[in-house]
Amino acid sequence: MATKLKPVDAVVVGVGLSGSILAKELAEAGLHVVGLERGRWRDTDPDFAMPHAHDELRYVKRHELMQDLSRETITFRNNTNETALPMRSLGSFRPGEGVGGAAVHWGGLTWRFLPWDFETRSRTLARYGSDHWPAECTSQDWGVTYDELEPHFDRFEYLYGVSGKAGNIKGKIIPGGNPYEGPRAREYPNPALKTAYAGALFKEAAEKLGYKPFPTPSAANSQPYTNEYGATINGCVYCGYCQFFGCEMGAKASPQTAVLPNLMKQSRFELRTRANVVKVNLDSAKKRAVSVTYIDSRGREFEQPADLVLLTSYVFNNVRLMLLSGIGKPYDPAANSGVVGRNYAYQTPSGVTLFFEDKVFNQFMAAGGLGMTIDEFNGDNFDHAGLGFIGGGFFQAATSGSRPIEVRPVPRGTPRWGAQWKHAVAKYFNRSFPITIQGACQSYRTNYLDLDPAYRDAYGLPLLRMTFDRHENEHKMSVWITNKAAEIGKAIGPSKMTVSPRTEKYTIVPYQSTHNTGGAAMGAEPATSAVNKYLQSWDVPNVFVVGASAFPQNGGYNPTGTVGALTFHALQAIKTRYVKRPGPLA
Amino acid sequence: MDEEGSRRRFLKSVGALGAALPAAAAAQHAGHASAKSEKYMFLAPAEVTFLDAAVARLIPADELGPGAKEAGVTYFIDQQLFGGYGVMAKMYRQGPHAEGTPQQGYQSPLTPQEVYRAAIAEINAGCAKQYGKSYDQLAAAQQDEVLRALEEGKFPLEAVPARFFFNMLLENTIEGFFSDPIYGGNRGKIGWKLVGFPGVAAVYTHLVEKHGVPYDALPVSIADILEGKAALDEHGHPKHVLLVRKD
Repeated sequence: MATKLKPVDAVVVGVGLSGSILAKELAEAGLHVVGLERGRWRDTDPDFAMPHAHDELRYVKRHELMQDLSRETITFRNNTNETALPMRSLGSFRPGEGVGGAAVHWGGLTWRFLPWDFETRSRTLARYGSDHWPAECTSQDWGVTYDELEPHFDRFEYLYGVSGKAGNIKGKIIPGGNPYEGPRAREYPNPALKTAYAGALFKEAAEKLGYKPFPTPSAANSQPYTNEYGATINGCVYCGYCQFFGCEMGAKASPQTAVLPNLMKQSRFELRTRANVVKVNLDSAKKRAVSVTYIDSRGREFEQPADLVLLTSYVFNNVRLMLLSGIGKPYDPAANSGVVGRNYAYQTPSGVTLFFEDKVFNQFMAAGGLGMTIDEFNGDNFDHAGLGFIGGGFFQAATSGSRPIEVRPVPRGTPRWGAQWKHAVAKYFNRSFPITIQGACQSYRTNYLDLDPAYRDAYGLPLLRMTFDRHENEHKMSVWITNKAAEIGKAIGPSKMTVSPRTEKYTIVPYQSTHNTGGAAMGAEPATSAVNKYLQSWDVPNVFVVGASAFPQNGGYNPTGTVGALTFHALQAIKTRYVKRPGPLA
Repeated sequence: MDEEGSRRRFLKSVGALGAALPAAAAAQHAGHASAKSEKYMFLAPAEVTFLDAAVARLIPADELGPGAKEAGVTYFIDQQLFGGYGVMAKMYRQGPHAEGTPQQGYQSPLTPQEVYRAAIAEINAGCAKQYGKSYDQLAAAQQDEVLRALEEGKFPLEAVPARFFFNMLLENTIEGFFSDPIYGGNRGKIGWKLVGFPGVAAVYTHLVEKHGVPYDALPVSIADILEGKAALDEHGHPKHVLLVRKD
């Protein structure tokens, strides 16, 4: 029997990137806010302290900062003809667990999606006509435009101290930045990171080919920086233990470095860790959330009443809680009806690896998002007529940290073990670098999330089931753009080069990216979206579902910058409109 | 597919190869009974002997330097199997179990502990049945043939698919060769020295733009720092000692 607790104004489910910001802002605005986090408290000291912070086995291979699958996982199948089986070990993606969520171990790349990304469907139809639209593709407009989100991108970048170089300030193209980005109000808060050798060679070759390379925007702060919350983020020391690690310097922006110092001082905020929310309880009409039920580390069940429920956990848990609670109609792919679980998408990563005989790169001197990028082949920045696909991705000469358990490239054709392998690893560990491509992924009628009929979590509740494969559009796109990256690679002059487009059946085994998106897609129409343009549930208006779960499809970038912008966009609507007059905002 | 048939064909081919090699080569690769300071916690002596032989083929000692056996990879695997990894502490273990598709990943009901125990026994039994020798007693070329057959799924195992065990063994071997020495492998930082990886990072702010300049630092491990063997800066980063280049 659940213990019923004293009502509060708002409950935040999941204290990660979005949850920490919303909790801080709403507590400051006068609401009593409770943050429920299923994992434990984590902070720079002692959790990411030296020397243990630099332990590749512990963080990359044994997933110290990531989800404990023994309690909860997802099930997976490529299509509805297969039986979904549990993801028993982490592979393709690595969700976080604990305060800060995946924003503790993220790589720090902080992008703004292109204006085109927010209007994928209407702009594609307008430019190319309906014949160009991929079969079964359910990608759609977001219901919000880049221009509406611009102030919120700006706010997030200044909160996280992002290091970069603007390419378009109020419509004026700035040399050295990304000329394809949407117009921004002002320069980045911090100058770009330094340029590693790989980036310098890439820049030179890309310029010769007529492209406009620019430094990758990164939340590894290039210098000490104090944000609007009074939190000081340190300057990056390029130690190379960034993605999959907590930052011992407090130099990679995260909830811990940018938000929690302020949040934890808010008198109207209370954090409860190891509090696993299993259900949002609705009133009898299913039109209003009245409370959430959570289970603590002793197995005790609590009911926390609240006027406002903010679901701010990772993509999977946002969608799963909606399904477990009956918030919105579950998606049915056969009938093509319902919205919760619809438009699940991912990423289509690919790349080129360059090998040299006479150059060393010291790729272990690195930072998350350290690199040089071109954006010529992203979104609709190039003419897709006759190409047979939509979308693209950015290309980056990446210096994000070479650690030898996971990063030890060898030329194609090298055996996987034995003396030849050993020679190749010894030779090329420091004489190679990648050009990585963060390819986009459209949404399809056949790709979705629902509740698994067989497998259960530690509480006996159904696991989330993922049905997913990339379609022909993604494979064609990957081949075409990866070949473009190979042209740049060739111009750099390696002795050997491996070109790896993504064309195989999706597998959950090797790591690809922790960029799962959708399932609680936003949009202008309740028939095709689970939340409105303010990330508010169409069906239960005192529930907001914030995160990459709202992406109707995934762009050719890392998602975090756009998650940050959506968070501030939702916040503004809650603070200025919802709190004054609760009810549907759209 | 006829698994028994394919197993017989495979063993026959190894037998033929083995007969062509001088017996001395096999003796040379037999396990040396060197004194070890490690206290094994999970592996039985026969399993240690098997793994010493197998990891020495996966990453052999050669003119570039010592290999996985010398790096203590067997002991690393023992420690990993005894710990959380070996019992799937952070993995989902509930049934029902089905083999699934390759895209669905690890589906065995067996833990890594059980996988190693079962697979090593089966491989040794298969080798003994064919020529009265356990795996470690085979010549190096025969040992490679067995590993290749496991890798290609041509040495069928009962407990788990052969490829599954091979991939686990290879992954753990690479982990043991390149992980911090506190885990018992990468002894003497053999793996890091082979590739030129400095281990625990120093502050590289002033080095990252020195393009193309080799960084020949003596690698530093977590163990070095815990034992007070490395000078540290105010944030706890080691001050790397640069090796003098002879060229």
